[in-house]
Amino acid sequence: MYNFDFVRPSSVKDAVDALGAEEAQALGGGQTLIPTMKQRLAMPAKLVSLTGIAELQGVGRDDSGALVIGGATTHATVEREAGDYPALAELAHHIGDPAVRNRGTIGGSLANNDPSACYPAAVLGTGATVVTSNREIAADDFFEGMFTTALEDGEIITAVRFPIPQVANYQKFEQPASRFALVGVFVAKFSDAVRVAVTGASEEGVFRWSEAEAALSSEFTPSAVEGLGVSPDGMISDLHGSAAYRAHLVGVLTKRAVAAAG
Amino acid sequence: MIRFTVNGAQVETDLEPDTPLLWFLRDTLKLTGTKYGCGIAQCGACTVHLDGFATRSCQMQIGDLEGAEVITIEHQGTPEAPGPVQQAWIEHQVAQCGYCQSGQIMAAAALLAEVPAPDDTQIDDALSGNLCRCGTYPRIRAAVQRAAELMREEGQ
Ligand SMILES: Cc1cc2nc3c(=O)[nH]c(=O)nc-3n(C[C@H](O)[C@H](O)[C@H](O)COP(=O)(O)OP(=O)(O)OC[C@H]3O[C@@H](n4cnc5c(N)ncnc54)[C@H](O)[C@@H]3O)c2cc1C
Ligand code: FES
Ligand code: FES
Repeated sequence: MYNFDFVRPSSVKDAVDALGAEEAQALGGGQTLIPTMKQRLAMPAKLVSLTGIAELQGVGRDDSGALVIGGATTHATVEREAGDYPALAELAHHIGDPAVRNRGTIGGSLANNDPSACYPAAVLGTGATVVTSNREIAADDFFEGMFTTALEDGEIITAVRFPIPQVANYQKFEQPASRFALVGVFVAKFSDAVRVAVTGASEEGVFRWSEAEAALSSEFTPSAVEGLGVSPDGMISDLHGSAAYRAHLVGVLTKRAVAAAG
Repeated sequence: MIRFTVNGAQVETDLEPDTPLLWFLRDTLKLTGTKYGCGIAQCGACTVHLDGFATRSCQMQIGDLEGAEVITIEHQGTPEAPGPVQQAWIEHQVAQCGYCQSGQIMAAAALLAEVPAPDDTQIDDALSGNLCRCGTYPRIRAAVQRAAELMREEGQ
């Protein structure tokens, strides 16, 4: 590993100030960024650790009843404390292994926007709001393609606000070695609409499957999406699965998610 | 100066805060039971407990550890008085080359602290990030069950 500066501020304000420096980057749980640095795929000169900032931690409810998760809250904490939104707690429980969940954070996962990551599907599938150090970003505006988000340099995810759906479910077809999603589908049913978000499949990263949303909004049953499908064009193709295979999985997992959500 | 504890003993260091915990354990404290496998969060050989939870020490910077409690394999027991997980590992002769095993034992101990009687699915889930190139997985599973038994007997 090369040498870099390391600071651990105790407030969001101090972290934002520290991130103003040349080539400074935020550090959440380090489960993605540190390996990336060791491979020299990123070479920040300074890391600003967010683990010492109390206001970025924890799971709670706001006045509107939404579930609010601090930006530096670990997957393990969400798994334990997000019982008010069971589909989300369950999703967190299936990220990586315990050591990854004990360090990795929701903010880090969203900022990274890995095309196979789990949280982006929950955030887009719930229509959550990403709260940052200077604004609020709707899920539909946040994800801008593989490893790309609406975040500006030095902007910190301070919280994520999830409206709690009537029912929801996440189905992940695991890539067994990494445990990332080969394909993952998050389905959430609200009183007025159904949202379906797909991760792991598209070269553009997480996306909403609007055709399935429309069908499920009029009838929330697995058979409602029978016969619907996504095109393999633009799907990821690698040694773990072809584009056609991934496109097929999108339909299968959507049906399973609807069945499991009930 | 960064202060935290390792295996119950207070440590203070003025090493650079970007030093990985794994380096600090092995090179500074000479606690070489914790192994360096991949260095990029892929193998679990470097697993320790941080504030009671399994953590990959190769991904931790000591600058993040102020006030933390670190426990390593050396705290599990000694050759003369092995802890229950180590005892079970010996009974089942789990290790082949042994390189991954301190990480396996630390992951298993963290699981058993939370789930006193894990079933095979829970064991597989909890230890899935700890790779063993010698393929000792069936023996690991059996030894975790045995360790759970030993811990229950001890508890009585
Ligand atoms: C073995 C293994 C298995 C995994 N399996 C899965 C899986 O099944 N599903 C899954 O979804 N993920 C998986 N992951 C990824 C894991 O969830 C990471 O924890 C996560 O992607 C990054 O979170 P982090 O807190 O570790 O972020 P870091 O690695 O610290 O940072 C990642 C990026 O986010 C930025 N960042 C961090 N926090 C913030 C913030 N609050 N605001 C703004 N920017 C921020 C950093 O600057 C960096 O660019 C796995 C990782 C490993 C090592
Ligand atoms: S050495 Fe830490 S995970 Fe491989
Ligand atoms: S015993 Fe050889 S790697 Fe596990």
